[in-house]
Amino acid sequence: MNLIELHDICKTFYLGEVVLPVLKGITLSIAKGEMVALTGASGSGKSTLMNTLGCLDRPTSGTYSLDGEEVSRLSNDARALMRNHKMGFVFQSFNLLPRTKALGQVMMPLLYGGTHVSQKAAKQRAAAMLERVGLNDRMDHQPSQLSGGQQQRVALARALINHPPLLLADEPTGNLDSQTTREVLGLFKQLNEQDGITILIVTHDPKVAASCKRVIRMADGLIEADELNGGGPS
Amino acid sequence: MRVLLILLASLTALRRNVMRSALTTLGIVIGVGAVIAMMEIGNGSSASIQKTIASMGANTLMIFPGAAASGGVSFGAGSTMTLTPGDSDAILRECPSVRATAAVVRSRNAPLIAGNKNWVPSEIDGTTPDFLVVREWALSEGASFDERDVRNAARVCLIGQSLVRELFQGQSPLGQEVRLQNVALRVVGVLEKKGANMMGRDQDDILIAPWTTIKFRVSGTSTANIAAVAAVAGAATATPRGQLYPGSSQGTFAARSAIQTKNSPIPVRMITVDQIIVSATSASEIKDATAEVTALLHERHHIAEADVDDFNIRDMAEITKVMTSTTDLMTKLLLVVAMISLVVGGVGIMNIMLVSVTERTREIGLRMAVGARGSDIMRQFLAESVMLCLAGGAMGIGLGRGTSYLVAKILHWPTLPSLEAIVASVLVSASVGIIFGFYPAWKASRLDPIEALRYE
Repeated sequence: MNLIELHDICKTFYLGEVVLPVLKGITLSIAKGEMVALTGASGSGKSTLMNTLGCLDRPTSGTYSLDGEEVSRLSNDARALMRNHKMGFVFQSFNLLPRTKALGQVMMPLLYGGTHVSQKAAKQRAAAMLERVGLNDRMDHQPSQLSGGQQQRVALARALINHPPLLLADEPTGNLDSQTTREVLGLFKQLNEQDGITILIVTHDPKVAASCKRVIRMADGLIEADELNGGGPS
Repeated sequence: MRVLLILLASLTALRRNVMRSALTTLGIVIGVGAVIAMMEIGNGSSASIQKTIASMGANTLMIFPGAAASGGVSFGAGSTMTLTPGDSDAILRECPSVRATAAVVRSRNAPLIAGNKNWVPSEIDGTTPDFLVVREWALSEGASFDERDVRNAARVCLIGQSLVRELFQGQSPLGQEVRLQNVALRVVGVLEKKGANMMGRDQDDILIAPWTTIKFRVSGTSTANIAAVAAVAGAATATPRGQLYPGSSQGTFAARSAIQTKNSPIPVRMITVDQIIVSATSASEIKDATAEVTALLHERHHIAEADVDDFNIRDMAEITKVMTSTTDLMTKLLLVVAMISLVVGGVGIMNIMLVSVTERTREIGLRMAVGARGSDIMRQFLAESVMLCLAGGAMGIGLGRGTSYLVAKILHWPTLPSLEAIVASVLVSASVGIIFGFYPAWKASRLDPIEALRYE
């Protein structure tokens, strides 16, 4: 069964008098366990598609079912719960809380899960997750004391704390040098292959795109190309 | 639990900017501190003013004889003599709210002679030793006359400081004689200085003697006879001046039988006093004491419900009321000022919370992205502002108590701890937090996560 099913998704922005169609009917399906790169020029609509996939935005028309559930018409609160349970976000600028220890950053999503997790259990889960991304000796560090790669790994641990089936990464390597880019991508791959997490990476970087099994290229609100890489160079 | 986690999260957020949180709280700290200090100082001065008034006689009741009326013509207050020393004793005995009573007989405008000096005291009172208790008046020299002196109509007196000055040039008058209408009275004690009363009358210009002495030896205008004195005052040996044949009224009429006495009580009390002063146990017991005395005098004077009282009771509660309402007004005024400073502090909190929401837009976006609902965000920011206010309230209580302690210690102003003020300021600071934190929190909860995440 496919994790993501998009059918004829349209998104139109109304800026006063100006009508701005950004997505013009996207039909797409992504199966469980895939690792997909989403590329395209600026203004091609990939960010909007990402927001729609991430349940941050509602499409103007079309249907979107995530993990067998129709989510395009859900209420704000229901979509918030969706974001908490079904997906993790990784951003280009990491978006860590200032002056908060790594452990606290990773625990944060548990606060909004709707189920009660004791402080002790939350700490244990967060610690395990930080260990998983290779930061077991950085748990009490604040973002200012971490390098870019470490910060992105904290963000990754935070995205994965609720064991979501889907990981959405928006230019995850945009602020990293090539060495750490390789490390983070390696981590993504590991998560994809070992834990079977479906990963969708929005990127401009052809090297990042090349490391994904499937590359979707967007142009002008439509899917221009959807091709398999055959594993890509590793 | 969840609430605990939210509080913990907001505490973490506040700790990220300790200096700003502290400065924001300062408004509330000063506001709450001001409320508490004002309330305690206001309460203290109100209590001390009441105490002062009490020593001026605020818990004193004065009972005067009523008005006589004949054929529709009233002769005004005090025109009949209806109060007896027996009434005074009965009031003390039977009214639980009464601490002391004294019957008073007045003799006015009589010149007082001592050696080659003379002086007309503004007040000459014949009374019982309890007079000093009722008036809360101590002696500076000598001792008071006692009950036996009253029974014997002994020729003794106490004099006030003004008389000592005028008649004895400040020398000790103890054991000296003063003459009052040719009756020689030995000075046995000197009253402490009391100064002028509220109406400006010199209270020290006074002579006090046993009421029997004034009534039977000095005034001599009484219609009382020796038998009556004996009946009321025990073994009276005095022969009233101007009463040539003591006991002459006896035997004019046949003795009344018990039934006759019961059917027609003697309307005129032979031995009367001009006034009875009563001291209630406290200023707040004035009302009870008045009711008890009224009931007792109704019974003793055989006054039916529908009849006109033959006595008047007056108290100084009016003065007390004026004074306490003044301090009340002061306390309320200070409270209003303090409340204004609380509101100003609240506006400060709102301002900082708004800045904080703007500054943390990305954080809000992130929290929403990982699953926080609008209500979660709102709760967090509300919790932050309430915590700021409550922390401010707690520090304010400390500041207020400290201030009032210092004021009491250094300036020696009276202060009184006030639990109401503490409870009120905790409630007020929590509500200030909710009211002024609501708008920023609402604004935060309405942010669009996409915009918020992209916010620079």
